[in-house]
Amino acid sequence: MGGLQAGPVERVEHDYQLWEKRVDALMVLLSRKRRFTVDELRKGIESLPGDAYDRLTYYERWISSITSALIHRGTITIDDLRAKLADIERRPDGPKAGAP
Amino acid sequence: MTPRFTVGAPVNVRRGNPPGHIRTPYYIRGKSGTVERICGEFRNPEELAYGRSGEPKQVLYRVRFNLKDVWADYRGPMSDTIDVELYEHWLEPSP
Repeated sequence: MGGLQAGPVERVEHDYQLWEKRVDALMVLLSRKRRFTVDELRKGIESLPGDAYDRLTYYERWISSITSALIHRGTITIDDLRAKLADIERRPDGPKAGAP
Repeated sequence: MTPRFTVGAPVNVRRGNPPGHIRTPYYIRGKSGTVERICGEFRNPEELAYGRSGEPKQVLYRVRFNLKDVWADYRGPMSDTIDVELYEHWLEPSP
């Protein structure tokens, strides 16, 4: 990326996880409803600090950018997000506290 | 919007380095090429990136560059070219 050395490209197919498909679907939905553009998505990804960019996977970068933009636009609030995350953690199959 | 440049026109790419989401690749800034085709007009992605309307639309061009002009140490065939899609506000007439 950006002219930096990155080694060879891994030419293997891999399945998407369900949450990754959902992030993709969210992007399609937001674009169709004119709540968001691909250019905002890209700007958000390009604005990530270098270490975050390297650490996050492809769709983690997407959801990070989408979340920031929707908060900026006022589509969702930080409180909405916090409440939803807490709700998910309470589910029997939800992520355990402290898990990545 | 009437395109400022015609097919075949020699153009220079501006050397700007503005912040934000810029579709003009860094490596092509300051280089000289030729308009290969006019792609149409589109909302400005640099504005869309901030959630604004992107209006007025900008003419998008496909500009052809010789790779030997783009990369100083290019060792491939001298006839190799690269096409880059660039918005009108990034182009200037080549003297």
